[in-house]
Amino acid sequence: MIEVLRPGPLTTVQDGGRHGLAHLGVPAAGPADWLSHALANRLVGNADGAAALEITLTGPTLRCGRDVALAVVGAAVAVDGSAAPSGRTLFVRAGQRIAIGRTVGARGYAAVAGGFTVPVTLGSRSTDTLSGLGPTPLASGDVLSVSTMDTPERMLHALPRSDVVRVVPGPRGDWVEVGAFFGATFTVTPDSDRVGVRLDGPRIARSRTGELPTEGMVAGAIQVPPDGRPILLLANHAATGGYPVLGVVARADLPTAGQLRPGGAVRFAPIDRDAAVRAYADLRLRMDRAVRPGRAAG
Amino acid sequence: MRFLDVGEAGLLAETASQDAAHRVWRAIRNAQIPGVVDAVAGARTVLVTFDPLYDVRQRVRDVAVRAPAVESDSGRDIDIPVTYDGPDLDASAIQTGLSTVEVAHRHSERTYNVAFLGFSPGFAYLTGIDAALRLPRRETPRTAVPAGSVAIAGEYTAVYPQRTPGGWHVIGHTDLAVFDPDRDPPALLAPGDRVRFVPR
Repeated sequence: MIEVLRPGPLTTVQDGGRHGLAHLGVPAAGPADWLSHALANRLVGNADGAAALEITLTGPTLRCGRDVALAVVGAAVAVDGSAAPSGRTLFVRAGQRIAIGRTVGARGYAAVAGGFTVPVTLGSRSTDTLSGLGPTPLASGDVLSVSTMDTPERMLHALPRSDVVRVVPGPRGDWVEVGAFFGATFTVTPDSDRVGVRLDGPRIARSRTGELPTEGMVAGAIQVPPDGRPILLLANHAATGGYPVLGVVARADLPTAGQLRPGGAVRFAPIDRDAAVRAYADLRLRMDRAVRPGRAAG
Repeated sequence: MRFLDVGEAGLLAETASQDAAHRVWRAIRNAQIPGVVDAVAGARTVLVTFDPLYDVRQRVRDVAVRAPAVESDSGRDIDIPVTYDGPDLDASAIQTGLSTVEVAHRHSERTYNVAFLGFSPGFAYLTGIDAALRLPRRETPRTAVPAGSVAIAGEYTAVYPQRTPGGWHVIGHTDLAVFDPDRDPPALLAPGDRVRFVPR
C-alpha cells in the first residue's frame, strides 16, 4: 500500500540479509551501510534488520495508501512538496507524496513502521543485485505492502495474567517455615503500595531465633516481618532491610506482581533459577518481536 | 565466603565481619564487572545485582574471594556539627540512667565507623556507640523525623537525611546536608568512613 510513482535510479528492499547460505554460494546481500539502515528502522520502532528501502544517489517518489510512520536517513526528503527533516520520525497521512531526493553519501535508507512485506526468498526479503535473488529493484507502478502495527496489541493480550506468581526460593528460606508459604492463598491488603504488597493469609512463622543483620534488598523479594505477614517488595523498596527474604519473584512475573490490586488473591509457586532466567529471556524475545515488527523474516 | 542466589538477578556474599563486607564491596565496585548493576554492602553481606541474561556470578565470586584480607585505609574522616537538643534527649537520659550532659558527652566523644547505607538516601548506619547508650527502638515510631536529626538505636547512631518516619531516639540535630542530590557524590558518608560529632 505504498505506491511507487518514480523509482529512482536504483532503489531496492534490504533487510538484515540472507545469512547462513554462503556455503551454497548465496550472497548475504543486505544494506551496504548497516548503521544508517538500522537507525532508519529504529526511528520507526522496527527491529534493526527490518526490510527497508536502500536508495542509491537519488531516491524514489512514493505515495502512501494509509497513515504511516516513516523515516529517511542519509537523503533529503519532502512531503507533499515541503522539505521534511531526515533522521527523524515522520508521520505521513494517507494520500501524501513522499519525494526522497539526493543522498548525502552514495546511499540513503527509508524505513516504514512494520517493515516492507515483500516476498521472502531463502529467509530474506533483500534484493540481491549480484545473483538476482529476491525482489527486483523498484519500478514505477509497484505497490509495496507494509506490515500492520497490530502486534503491540497482540502482545498486550498475551501479557501474563495469572493469580500464580513464580518465586525463586532463597536466600533466607532457612529462617522461616517456607512450607506454609508456597501454595497458600494470600489476599492483597489495602495498605499495599509501590514500595511493597502486604499480604494477608497464613502467618509464616520463624524457624530460628535472632535478628537478621541488615542486608541489600531486591524488587520481588518476599520478606517476612516478625508478625509473619509477608511483604512482597516492589520497585520502590528501600535499598536494605532486616527481615528475612524467603524467595524472590521471578523477573518474568514481576509485571504480574506490580498489577496486584487490593482485595486480589494470589498464590506462589517455586521456580528454580535456571527456569526463571529462561522465562525472562523468552519474555524479552516476545517483547522484541511484538514491538519491533520485521525482526523475523516471513 | 558463602554465596547465595537472590532471585535470578542477584548474588549475596556473606562475610565474617563488617570490615570484610567493606573490602568485598570495594573490590567489586573497583572491578567494574560488565553486567553488574549495583553492589550493596550490608552488616555482614554484599548484595550484587546484575542483568540475568548475562550470568556474571562466577566473575563476581572470583573478585569477592580475592578481595584483600586487610585494606589500606581508604575511608575518610568526616566531622558532623551537632547541637544536642533532640526531643528524645531527656527520655534517653532517663532510660540510660545518665544525665543529658553525660548522654551528649558520651555520644560526641566517640569516633564512629560508617557500616552501610540503607533505609533512605544518604542514611548511614554508624557503629561504635558507647554501650551505655544502647537503647531499643522507640515503642512507637514517629511519623515524621525532621531532616538533620541525630539519633540512636541499638548499636547504631545516624543522621536522618530527609524528613521520614523513624523509630530511633532523636538526641540532637545537625544543619549539615547529609544528602544532596545535586552534589557529587550526593551522600556525605560512604561505607568505611569515620565520623565524629562535634558539639556546637
